[in-house]
Amino acid sequence: MRNARILTTHVSRTKFINPRPMSHDSRLILEEFALEITVAEALVRCLEQENVEIIFGYPGGAILPVYDALNKTSIRHVLVRHEQGAAHMADGYARVTGKVGVCLATSGPGATNLVTGIANAYMDSVPMVLITGQVATGMVGTDAFQEVDITGITLPITKHNFLVKEPRQLPVIVRKAFLLASTGRPGPVLIDLPKDVAQAKIKFKYPKTVVLPGYKPTIKGHSAMVQQAAKMMMESEKPVIYAGGGIRIANAEPELLQLAETVCAPVTHTLMGLGSFPGDHPLFLGMLGLHGTRYANQAVTECDCLIAVGARFDDRVVSKISGFAPAAKIIHIDIDPAEIGKNVRIQLPIVGDVKNVLGAILPHLTKKANTSWMDRIRQLKEEMPLRYKQEGALKPQFVLEKLNEYKKDSSIVVTDVGQHQMWAAQYMRFNEPRSFISSGGLGAVGFCLPAAIGAKMGAPDKTVILVTGDGGLQMTMQELGTAAEQKLPLKIFVFNNYRLGMVRQLQEFYCEKRYIAVDFKFNPDFAALGRLYGMEGYTVETPEQLLEILPRVLRSSAPVMVNCIIDREEDVLPMVLDGSNIDEAIG
Amino acid sequence: MKHTLAVEVENTPGVLARVAGLFSRRGFNIDSLAVGRTDNPAVSRMTIVVEGDDRYLEQLNKQLHKLVDVIKISDITRDAYVDRELVLIKVSADAARRAEIMQLVDIFRARIVDVGPKTLTIEVTGNDGKITAFEESLRPFGIKELVRTGKIAMLRGFKAGSKNINNKEEEES
Repeated sequence: MRNARILTTHVSRTKFINPRPMSHDSRLILEEFALEITVAEALVRCLEQENVEIIFGYPGGAILPVYDALNKTSIRHVLVRHEQGAAHMADGYARVTGKVGVCLATSGPGATNLVTGIANAYMDSVPMVLITGQVATGMVGTDAFQEVDITGITLPITKHNFLVKEPRQLPVIVRKAFLLASTGRPGPVLIDLPKDVAQAKIKFKYPKTVVLPGYKPTIKGHSAMVQQAAKMMMESEKPVIYAGGGIRIANAEPELLQLAETVCAPVTHTLMGLGSFPGDHPLFLGMLGLHGTRYANQAVTECDCLIAVGARFDDRVVSKISGFAPAAKIIHIDIDPAEIGKNVRIQLPIVGDVKNVLGAILPHLTKKANTSWMDRIRQLKEEMPLRYKQEGALKPQFVLEKLNEYKKDSSIVVTDVGQHQMWAAQYMRFNEPRSFISSGGLGAVGFCLPAAIGAKMGAPDKTVILVTGDGGLQMTMQELGTAAEQKLPLKIFVFNNYRLGMVRQLQEFYCEKRYIAVDFKFNPDFAALGRLYGMEGYTVETPEQLLEILPRVLRSSAPVMVNCIIDREEDVLPMVLDGSNIDEAIG
Repeated sequence: MKHTLAVEVENTPGVLARVAGLFSRRGFNIDSLAVGRTDNPAVSRMTIVVEGDDRYLEQLNKQLHKLVDVIKISDITRDAYVDRELVLIKVSADAARRAEIMQLVDIFRARIVDVGPKTLTIEVTGNDGKITAFEESLRPFGIKELVRTGKIAMLRGFKAGSKNINNKEEEES
């Protein structure tokens, strides 16, 4: 104690003599002296050490000490309108930048409001660290004001979570959280920080290394498996690559392109894989599965070797398991061993980082032509193109084709969940990585606006285009306030059919058109709503009206809300009905 | 087929909830689960008995491995191992039948740990076969209450080096 006091006087005297702002070095020296700071201050220091630039959050009682500590940092804090928005923003930010998205919320309702966003990030393997306040340790378990067991609640939807019980543990826990979130198969990690712990004082030292005895992600593929995979690819006459979100996570786009061109394999992708292979490439097959292109599904059905890379054979892709790629030997490359053989039986599994494994396979390959397979693919593409009828009201597919035409390759498209999402995946082309952001696994309606805010803050130089629905926008539209406050020129296109189109479509096919609870009998004027938030607002009902404004609004630096009144009866087609094989799609 | 898994986990609060929660949410059934800390206070050992085919076990194994607190999983079913379970049985025992019960206790090398006016409480340890046989022999007398710890198991021989030192310490004390 006496020592500490002496050090304090020493430091303050130094400060008096030298009033310049503290340099990085002198700060390090301070850390050597290890003055006591509060855990909340230590947390902010930890975030600085992790190079966090932006925190999305919403304050409250239990997190008060942490917010107080944020006064002393250059980390930018974005005040949201609802914690779900914060979680989706961190998610969108992480998907665009590849960095860890960070969220801050208070205990109780603040924490529970994050839950949808956490589950969403968990399903799509997005690196996030969420910090929640908690009631003081003495109050935990007493049903105190704004108390919930958030570590218990998020157990099944986080990669890992921590309750900080011991003040000194905090720096180690934060380092572990960032390490876990960003390595292996990424995912959200939650840190629950009781208020009294946040106020306690510790000597701060940020650990360089931490020990996690049970955590050893496999990065390098097994060499025998790698050679075997190369052999199978070379022997295959009708290969297809099935690319998932793992490509983007591993930044393996160049390796994927090289693999496809070398073994002459057409590439189909999942919703998460969109953007990982150039959409203009002749080997591009588009999305497979439930609403995939007919030619992609047909190619998978006919192929003799299916190369699944960073994908997880989700039920929306596979449909009936017995009818999925029946003629193919399946090679499955994924960093998560639990995904291999989970849904579909695999002939050759390779556990490892997708970029690393593809990089190891490539040297074993020589250029192939697969001429007759290429002819067959070309024929399939001609025989079964995506199509829609250009008549009557404004067609959503037309809007998307035009958006696609006028957007830059560098633009980022963020979608919500529903019909417009599937149409965007079908009709838009993406030639740059991380240029398509969507909620895949969880299918969280309301994702688009907050995720787009996060995306724009992560990539301020890129145009961010929102493809959303009247349902999706209204689920999280309070974040228009956040977007306005942060002066983000978002380009919002509302695919407005005054109904929940995808649910209606499900009722059409599975409930014999007994429609219930899918029509919005009241919608606000979205163009006027946009104007209230300082945006340019337009309503378009015809192709001419759309084409008149489209080039201009995409080029301008203003935030724009375009209310597109689209055909209310339009279905997403093709569609693989429940219990069918993927090559038996209707429409 | 029944499988016996030896699972080493970090001895942290909530680790049991993490493991048990994983079983329920992924639809795996636990036959029995016993947990306690090892010679290393930072590590706990769970012995989990589950029933399922190889594919089911493989998926369970992989999912368990994804838990950050899980350090090591060994499916020891096909290896040589010793397993024990401790059971307490309270059985009706009027004066006339006590001798008969005590004979059984002798045969099974069980122990009487409490004598009541109309009951005997018996402690027995052993593997599954022995426990079941003992339970069946007592059933005709009327079992009032029965509680099992769940199975704990360990590989035979010298596979786990650190255990050796531990044994020595136990002998000394």
